[in-house]
This record gives sequence, C-alpha cells and structure tokens, in this order.
Amino acid sequence: MRQDKLNTVTEGVLLLSGNEAVARGAWEAGTHFAAAYPGTPSTEILETIADEYPEIDAQWAPNEKVGLEVAAGASFGGARVLSAMKHVGLNVAADPLFTLSYIGATGGIVIVSADDPGMHSSQNEQDNRLMGRAAKVVILEPADSQEARDMVIEGMRISEDFDTPVLLRMTTRVCHSKSVVAVGPRVEVPVKGYRADIAKRVPIPAHARQMHSRVVKRLEDLAAWGSESSLNRIEPGDPKRGIITSGVSYQYVKEVCPEASILKIGMSNPLPWTLIERFLGMVEKVVFVEEGEPYLEERIRARFLNPAIGKDIVPLEGELSPEVVRHALHPGTSKPVTWYPVDLPGRPPVLCPGCPHRGAFYCLSRLKGSSTGDIGCYTLGLMPPHNALETTVCMGASIGVLSGLEKAVGSGGYGKLVAAIGESTFVHSGITGLIDMVYNGNTGTVMIMDNSLTAMTGGQQNPTTGRRLDGRPAPVLDLENLCRACGVQHVRVVDPHDLKAMEKALREEFARDELSVIITRRPCVMSYRPSRKVHAVVDPEKCVSCRQCMKLGCPAISWGDGHPVVSTHLCWPKCNLCVQVCPAGALSKDMEGLE
Amino acid sequence: MSDRTTNVIICGTGGQGTLLASEVLCAAALFQGFDVKKSEVHGMAQRGGSVSSHVRFGRKVFSPLVEKGTADLVLAMEKMEGIRWAPFLAPDGVLVSCDLEINPMTVQTGAAVYPDVEGLVREQGIPCRIVPAMEAAVELGNPKVVNMVLLGAIAAHLPIDGENWTRAIGDRVPHRALDVNLEAFEKGRAL
Repeated sequence: MRQDKLNTVTEGVLLLSGNEAVARGAWEAGTHFAAAYPGTPSTEILETIADEYPEIDAQWAPNEKVGLEVAAGASFGGARVLSAMKHVGLNVAADPLFTLSYIGATGGIVIVSADDPGMHSSQNEQDNRLMGRAAKVVILEPADSQEARDMVIEGMRISEDFDTPVLLRMTTRVCHSKSVVAVGPRVEVPVKGYRADIAKRVPIPAHARQMHSRVVKRLEDLAAWGSESSLNRIEPGDPKRGIITSGVSYQYVKEVCPEASILKIGMSNPLPWTLIERFLGMVEKVVFVEEGEPYLEERIRARFLNPAIGKDIVPLEGELSPEVVRHALHPGTSKPVTWYPVDLPGRPPVLCPGCPHRGAFYCLSRLKGSSTGDIGCYTLGLMPPHNALETTVCMGASIGVLSGLEKAVGSGGYGKLVAAIGESTFVHSGITGLIDMVYNGNTGTVMIMDNSLTAMTGGQQNPTTGRRLDGRPAPVLDLENLCRACGVQHVRVVDPHDLKAMEKALREEFARDELSVIITRRPCVMSYRPSRKVHAVVDPEKCVSCRQCMKLGCPAISWGDGHPVVSTHLCWPKCNLCVQVCPAGALSKDMEGLE
Repeated sequence: MSDRTTNVIICGTGGQGTLLASEVLCAAALFQGFDVKKSEVHGMAQRGGSVSSHVRFGRKVFSPLVEKGTADLVLAMEKMEGIRWAPFLAPDGVLVSCDLEINPMTVQTGAAVYPDVEGLVREQGIPCRIVPAMEAAVELGNPKVVNMVLLGAIAAHLPIDGENWTRAIGDRVPHRALDVNLEAFEKGRAL
C-alpha cells in the first residue's frame, strides 16, 4: 500500500481526514466495490480508495442514483459495497434507497451521506438523519476520523447481520477534519456469489408487504441491540445536567462542558431506547446538543414526554462550533474577544484565470442575456461583472426551469435566457430535461458548458472525459450526437474563447424560434499544463481606459493607473480573452506554438 | 506535558500553500507527542477565495475547531486575511502575518479598497509581527516556499522542538524540494 498521501504517525496509526478514514475502514472491512458521484464534502472518499486501496474496485457513476443501484447489484451478488455522496445526492438516490431498505443486503451495504451544515459548498443544509429514518435504515454518526473508520467496519457487520443498508451520516467538519486513527489490516471476505431470490428482491405488493413487516421487526431488534452496543455510550458526570449529543457536536460539548453527564449517540436510527431511558433516570435536567434538525430531541421527548430543552437554546440553522455550544450551555461565559471584527472586503471564489466559462459568460453578458443556472463552477456566472445567471435549484434543473418559464410566459416573456449546464451535470440529470424539451415542444436554448472535467469538486473524470476514476481510458460520450438523438435539430459546438464565434452562436440561437443546443467546448485549466509560460503585455500608451478588459472579471487583471495591470504570475498562458476584447490593441500576447 | 491545548489558525487565499503549512504543523505536533486535530473546508473555497485551517494540539483534543477568543497564534499568509481572523486570538495571542497583499476581485475592479492593515493593527493594539516572508522566499529562488518561511517565523511561539519541525517537513514536502523548504524554514526562524 502506498503511504505517500496518508500521514503515518507511528506503526498502525495514521493522521486521516474523515473521508480518508471512511476509505480506510472500507478497505479493512474487506469491501469489494465502491461507486459515487463527486460532491463536496464527500469527494475524497472515492479518490482515496482509487489512490490507496486498489483491492476495492471503485468507480465514478453518472449520478448518485446509478451509483447506489450498481452498488445494490454488487451486494445482490454477495460483494461488500460502499456508495458515497453529498447530502443532496441522497435525494437523487432516494428512490433506490427506500426500496433497498425493504430488500436488504446480501453483501454489506454502507451508504455515506456527507451533510453540509453551514452550507460551505451546498445549496441547502438538509439533515439526512430524517431521510435515513424515513427510509427505515440504520444510521451511524461518527464524531471524528477514528469513529468514521470504526463505523464503516461495524456498519458492514450490522448490514449483513441485520440484512439492512446502513447510512453513515457524515458532516463537513467530520469529513474534512484530520485526527489520529488506529488502523488494522484488511480482512478479506469472500464474495458470496449471486443466487436468485425473488421473494427477497422483487417488491411486488405481495412480497413488499412481507418485506415491510421484516423491516419493522428489524428495527425493533436493532433498537434492543443498540442499547448494548458500544456505538452508544453513557459518560457519567454531574447528575444535574445530562447532555444528549451525536456527531461532531459531541466534541464541542466535551470542550465546553467536560464535567457534564453525556449520552453519546453513535447509532441514531433506530434509537437505543433502553439505554436512553437509563440515562434519563440518571440526570435531573436533559439538554440536547445536536447540529441541524432536532432529530434526537423530537424523537426522545415524544417517546418519554421528557421536558428537555434543545433547539430552544441550540441554533437550528448553520454549523455548531465551540463558541455556539458555550453560548447555549453557559450563557454569559463566552471567551472575551479582545480584537474586534473589521468590515473588510470579502474574498469570494472566482472563475480561475483561463477558465473556459469566462468567454461564454462575457458574451452572454454583452448581449444583455443571462441564464437559468445549474450546479458547478459556472454557478459563479451570477457574480459581477458577468451577472449572467438568475436561477439555481439542483443538479440538472437549469433545463427544466427554462422549459417551465416558457410554459408560464412564452419564449418572448423571459428575455434572453439560456439554460447553462456543465457537461458532467448534463450527464448526471440534465439529459432527461432536454428530452422533455423535445417531447413537449419547447423552443429555448441549452448551453452545455463542456470543460471535460467535473471541476468544482476539484477535477474528477466523468463519461465525457475519456478517463475513469483510476485514470484508465474509457469511451468518450459524444454529446453532440446524444443531443441529436434526443431530437434536437440545431446542435452546434463552439470554442468559448473564440469570442466572435461564441457571440455569433448566442445571437443566432436567441433569434431562432426552435429548440437548440450550444456546446461550449474547451478544457478546464486544471486538466492540462501549458507547454510554456507566457502572459499578456499591456502597452499603456495605446490604452484608452475603456475598461473593457475589466468586464472579463479575470483575477489576473487589475486596474492600475488609468490602464490594466496583468499579473505575470496569474495570467493563464493559453488564454487571450483580454487581447480579444481590447478595442485599442493595448493588450498583446505571443501564443505561437503554445500547446 | 501540560494539559493545555495549543490553538493555531493558518489563513490565506487559495493556492498559497496554506494547507501544506498546516499539514507540516500537524505532523510536527504529532512527532512532539501531542494529540492533534485540524479542520479546514474544501470545495468552492479553492477558487481564489479565503482559505483557513484550524490546528489544535495537546494531551487530548476534542473539538477540531478553535473557539473564538482562544487562538494562541494566527498565521496569515496574506495581510488582510490576518485581520479577518484576529477576533479568534486569545488576549495574549499573537498575529504573525506575511507582508504580502493579494487583492480580492472587488478591490481589483475598484469596487472596494484594500484596508490599511498596519493602521488597523495599531488602532486595536493587536500583538502582531508582519514579516517579509515573500522577499525571503524569492531570495531562495522559489516564491512557493513562502509557507515554510512563515512556519519558521512562528516556530519560536510553539512548544515544538527543532528536530520535529525538520522531520515534519521531510515527511510532508516532496523529496526533490526538501532542501529549499528546509532552508526556507531556517530563514523564517531568523526573521
């Protein structure tokens, strides 16, 4: 096993992020197969498996639903499987999840949901413990990297012993924090092999009714088992106040209230009722400290009619932190903040220098157009100076939203809008929207922004890139012919850094009263290294101070003393957008022979 | 070893080597025999936005996050980012900052003004050292090692022995760049 990425502390001890620990746990548990669609904060789980643990056959799926379905199939074949996704990915995979719960696991199934309280890089902060409960599956909540590793291993055992999928509910702080992890060797588990079992795997109503009964019984058995399991534990302390907590919130409680009695819940579905009842009998007052929804609070208070407090003092929104937990538990004892915050200019993320999307958004903005947007780097098209993105709902929704606008106000009613969607997102769940546009007679324009990389999550391969997760070659999905096969008559490909061609394409498709697709194709700057260093040069004598170059929003260009200043360090060699937009010829760049 | 936990925040902007610096600090603290936790946020933060990493070490560490008002040290790879994180400093904490200024997009376009960091430090009386780390890195012929210069500059503030720093750098930095990184660290110590 290669150790160059994983920090060895001493023999058998590694410093791992929560995501690396999940990969490690999967490897030790003898997992055979893993599938995922990238999504912050879950992405590094599959990347670590691909880099470090070749014994696990791991692959990117086109979306989370397919990833979980393939994992389910592998489990039917008797393999131990892991399927990872961000929290909103579980919405996409909810359909297989809810019925897989009835079907159960032949080979162990661990599904990782990486929730994002505080929305560091997500569009909502849904708490997937509610999803796991609705799906009637086991939920495990690790509080640090050691527990992430341990719970994957324990999760595989639970999955097979109790015939259930297990949801490992991570959060950003657990995924992306590093801590010390004691590790062990891989324990090989044979693949059991496939045997048809129609009563188990075909949920026609006659079967499904029996399946549901088995699920209800399973949850009862697990609840009893959970009261004895070390996944849940009481840490006795001051009996005046008992704190019930789970996940990373436990760490903040230990920091702020080291003296309190604590019930740490590691398995949060089904709940260990006997253990909880014992804890309630040990303490005078109960406080729930949990991030996100009052999941434990509502269930435990409802069951025992206990007058506990929780969301009355712990915020429902955003991430918890030591200071937030201190403020809730010891109001008025906040650490003195000596240096006060100053109102500083923000530093939001921006499109990289040389980003292909910049050309497309510049032209859209120049034509006073905009877009219904989607999930990817190109969501940044909403920022000034482009201001060229007006909606975002979820993966793939740019297309449905554009169609729906036409239904409501007609194609003349929404101005110049295109549906802006990256190629990876299009494959994930945009294609069904396009089929809908063809089928239902829409006339809008879909702009597939093909940078041939799943970029926002750090640069992953996808079916359009010609590479798989492990770097092996793969067939390249032919987007043009795919769109044509859907029935789109007008499909064109344009280089978004050829501004004349880009603007012409947009102008013509805005004018056309028929459905069309523009594929803006140029590789992401993260996917190649230019053959030599070269940067744009400014001739201040020629500059007419029109500030057209500033409308590109390029991080390499700032406004100096009446003319632009190009950062030699940031300027991307294979980009000359500023040269193209300058009407005075004040910017130049020698890109001859550049690869 | 005392029971006290040391709290450090390393902050900067995307692409400055903030995360490598915190990796080296973690490794050095581990080699010193401490329990260590660190936390950072990936994702959109990488696209040139603000980047920060919380590092905590001591006998037993629970929270991966530093509590506001308790940081022993804020290491800023960029001047304005140091001011952004100053409220996390303990009353006796220290801000060590690179003298480098990187304009955010709003300043580049003229929509906002880069703050007078030295003025703000003076006005609040923040215990602060602004060090010419970039100059030192450029002198070594590699601006990328500015992060190691800055680690060198904070070494005296932390309960970690020299040999563990050296070992940590050897452990976390690519082998071919080891010498220049060690030199950078030593240069930072002398600043």
